[in-house]
Amino acid sequence: MQHINLEVDKGEIFGLIGPDGAGKTTLIRILTTLLLPDSGTAQVMGMDVIKDYRPLRRLFGYMPGRFSLYEDLTVEENLELFASIFGTTIQENYYLIEDIYKQIEPFKTRRAGKLSGGMKQKLALSCAMIHKPDVIFLDEPTTGVDPVSRREFWYMLRKLKEHGITIFVSTPYMDEASQCDRIALIQAGKILSIDTPQGIVNQFEGDLYAVITNKKHQLVKDLRNYKNAKSVFLFGNYIHYSDKTIFLDKQGLTDYLKNLNHGEIEIRKVEPTIEDCFLALMGNLTGEVTHV
Amino acid sequence: MFNSHSIEVRKLTKKFGSFTAVNEISFDTEKGEIFGFLGANGAGKSTAIKMLCGLWTPTSGEAKVAGFDIYKENEKIKRRIGYMSQKFSLYQDLTARENIRFYAGIYGMPDTKIKEKTEVLLDRLKLSEFADVQINSLPLGWKQKLAFSVAVFHEPEIVFLDEPTGGVDPVTRRDFWEMIYDTAKLGTTIFVTTHYMDESEYCDRISIMVDGRIEALGSPIELKERYDSKTMDEVFVKLARPAAIK
Amino acid sequence: MKRFIAFVRKEFHHILRDWRTLIILFGMPIIQILLFGFAITNEIKDASIAILDQANDAHSKALINKILSTDYFKLEQYLSNQSQIEPVFRKGKVKEVIIFERDFSQKLDKEKISGIQLLADATDPNTATIILNYTQGIIAGYQADQNVLSRLPFNIQVQTEMFYNKELKGVYLFVPGLIAIILMLVSAMMTSISITKEKEFGTMEILLATPMRPGIIIIAKVIPYLLLSFINALIILTLGYFVFGVPVHGSITLLLFEMILFVLTVLSLGIFISTVTSSQQVALMASLMGLMLPTILLSGFIFPIENMPLLLQIISNIVPAKWFIIIIKNIMLKGTGLAIIWEETLIIFGFMIFFISLSVKNFKPRLA
Repeated sequence: MQHINLEVDKGEIFGLIGPDGAGKTTLIRILTTLLLPDSGTAQVMGMDVIKDYRPLRRLFGYMPGRFSLYEDLTVEENLELFASIFGTTIQENYYLIEDIYKQIEPFKTRRAGKLSGGMKQKLALSCAMIHKPDVIFLDEPTTGVDPVSRREFWYMLRKLKEHGITIFVSTPYMDEASQCDRIALIQAGKILSIDTPQGIVNQFEGDLYAVITNKKHQLVKDLRNYKNAKSVFLFGNYIHYSDKTIFLDKQGLTDYLKNLNHGEIEIRKVEPTIEDCFLALMGNLTGEVTHV
Repeated sequence: MFNSHSIEVRKLTKKFGSFTAVNEISFDTEKGEIFGFLGANGAGKSTAIKMLCGLWTPTSGEAKVAGFDIYKENEKIKRRIGYMSQKFSLYQDLTARENIRFYAGIYGMPDTKIKEKTEVLLDRLKLSEFADVQINSLPLGWKQKLAFSVAVFHEPEIVFLDEPTGGVDPVTRRDFWEMIYDTAKLGTTIFVTTHYMDESEYCDRISIMVDGRIEALGSPIELKERYDSKTMDEVFVKLARPAAIK
Repeated sequence: MKRFIAFVRKEFHHILRDWRTLIILFGMPIIQILLFGFAITNEIKDASIAILDQANDAHSKALINKILSTDYFKLEQYLSNQSQIEPVFRKGKVKEVIIFERDFSQKLDKEKISGIQLLADATDPNTATIILNYTQGIIAGYQADQNVLSRLPFNIQVQTEMFYNKELKGVYLFVPGLIAIILMLVSAMMTSISITKEKEFGTMEILLATPMRPGIIIIAKVIPYLLLSFINALIILTLGYFVFGVPVHGSITLLLFEMILFVLTVLSLGIFISTVTSSQQVALMASLMGLMLPTILLSGFIFPIENMPLLLQIISNIVPAKWFIIIIKNIMLKGTGLAIIWEETLIIFGFMIFFISLSVKNFKPRLA
């Protein structure tokens, strides 16, 4: 990780977006006082993460990458354990976790190891919230969990925000970025950009086009070889293409593709997504993509 | 019954005691097709792939892979397929070169051919400089790309990829899929499972498994129309919601 | 065939690149041969003895000279009267006491018969037997030499007596040692795994991010094992007593106190191991190679330390179990009190402080 600068406002959902090895876990571990930075400072709730780590550890909630629950304790026992570690009881702050916990309550005597991914996620979140922290750190809480649970999880996060809790969450899923108030894109230990999701999209240089033909598999190579091609990326059914010129010569591109025997050619302008921005920003780093 | 289908599956089932992991699934794949196998964790995807690779014996049902029966002609199948999974593919304490040599040797490739193809491959992946360091010191993205290349090194008819792109950055993922496209163009059937819904759009056809059954089968465009959705993510949620409340 | 070779070649790569496998393959056999070769010896060397020479005359001095001129024995002390015998055994300073009766030479020359008493410390029955045999052999040799030139041979009557273990029961040796080994096993190995397990499963990470202080975590983890080890030790003691008749001559309170002390020491060692290892596998291996093996071989559990080469004897001093076995044997079989074994107790206490400090120093309140 190098020269990371960022600020998070009270009560906002801040997303740290980036793939594996980008440095998300490292950053979160520093903020949660679990790792020492080599240089630089960090403050959480006004306290220094290095010097004030002991008092800080009472005040934030943490949900690490692998959920880190005690697999051979039951759902209830896990929750009670964390409540007593923080010197509180389940009843005291139940209102905070009620919506979340209700969904796993029928299974409260089941061992945590036997829960599905989505349920482990909810339990881990409950344990992180049980002592009514003002800030919670969530490290990739939706990784490896089915899409339905992922959606429900973000719904729960937004409800927590209503209680005024600051939420710092990391994720490799670009589509989750739009659920945050502000995001930081991180890759290979460096921050590519920090802004609101819309702000990031607005930073995209130039126009973006979605191209599709009936020879999908060949399309990427052909587009890359086009003289005006700036960026060519696979994007689901389409290829996302941006041009070196300011105004795309649609006809010229269509003719070029026709000459290469492409049919059913469709070229239309699209609004860039966060992932498009990420790809464009990554291209600005270095030629090779290396991990820290 | 053998025609241009690279894989034929009829009512394939796998039970573990009273638990049915795969419940009478049926589908065919064409040569050179990129066939996506989607579903949540525990829906039965890995079990299905393992049966087709000959790793597990089905409880009932029929299947032919590369024209050979999976019960009786297992050995013949294994020679014609490649396999790569996210959990394990290459030996971490061997070098790139050693890994290639090992796997190619397993599939019976002659030494001279191995040497030739190795240099070409290393050059294409831009790994020539790092061909002799242990794999575990390479970044994840390069490992994944190398693993895929090794899986198709012996020019199999079908290659099975079990969640191959977990965790890598968006650029590497795309490089990976471009490699898949190139391989499909040569006529290799690609059978890939993933839980990244957006990757499903790279496939020619997809099947979505819920609780061991195939609930939907078709091209991404067809499925989005059928379920009135803009993204595959939406399609999946519509199909999987009832089962997810468990 | 090609496949076969390819696979064999791969296996060689794996083996040669994994230092752990290499240690087991080459390191362990070498260590074992060396240790076993040197440690297992049925010979005795430099066994400490005390002599009560009530005659102090020609024959007694000559015989004593002969005994002491061999490598087998080393004179620890000349005793001046019978009342010193018990204490010198109690203190564990000698393995044998040789007693010459008054007018030894006179009786041999005139009456052609006299007596020597051999008393042996039979807490280690094997060694005691061997020592007695050697001594008797030397005496018989002297007798034969002397009688060669004489027309009227004399006879030295040797009377033997075993102290502390009249029936030479092996189990008297085993039970104390077993207590040490089992306490070591449960305490050290189990604690070392316990903490590394949390590291492996990731729960350590979330624990550290809470108000739980590392010191409290350690203590909380140690207490169940303390209790369980203790119960274990009690079971062995009870079984030893009721089934095999192994006595507890000394104070039971003292015995329990020493056991708790030893368990705490071993637990601290286990904790220390877990602060430096990151996987359960390595923790287990470290416990096995670093604890069990040296403890079994060098603690005096089976093989007497005095018979080992000097280097191994020196090394055995850093094996906590060695001191504990001395303490247990003393309390159980000899009935000694703290006055005698205070040095060993202090040594174990020192070990405990040492391991605890190391652990506390190593257990960082952060992941890195």
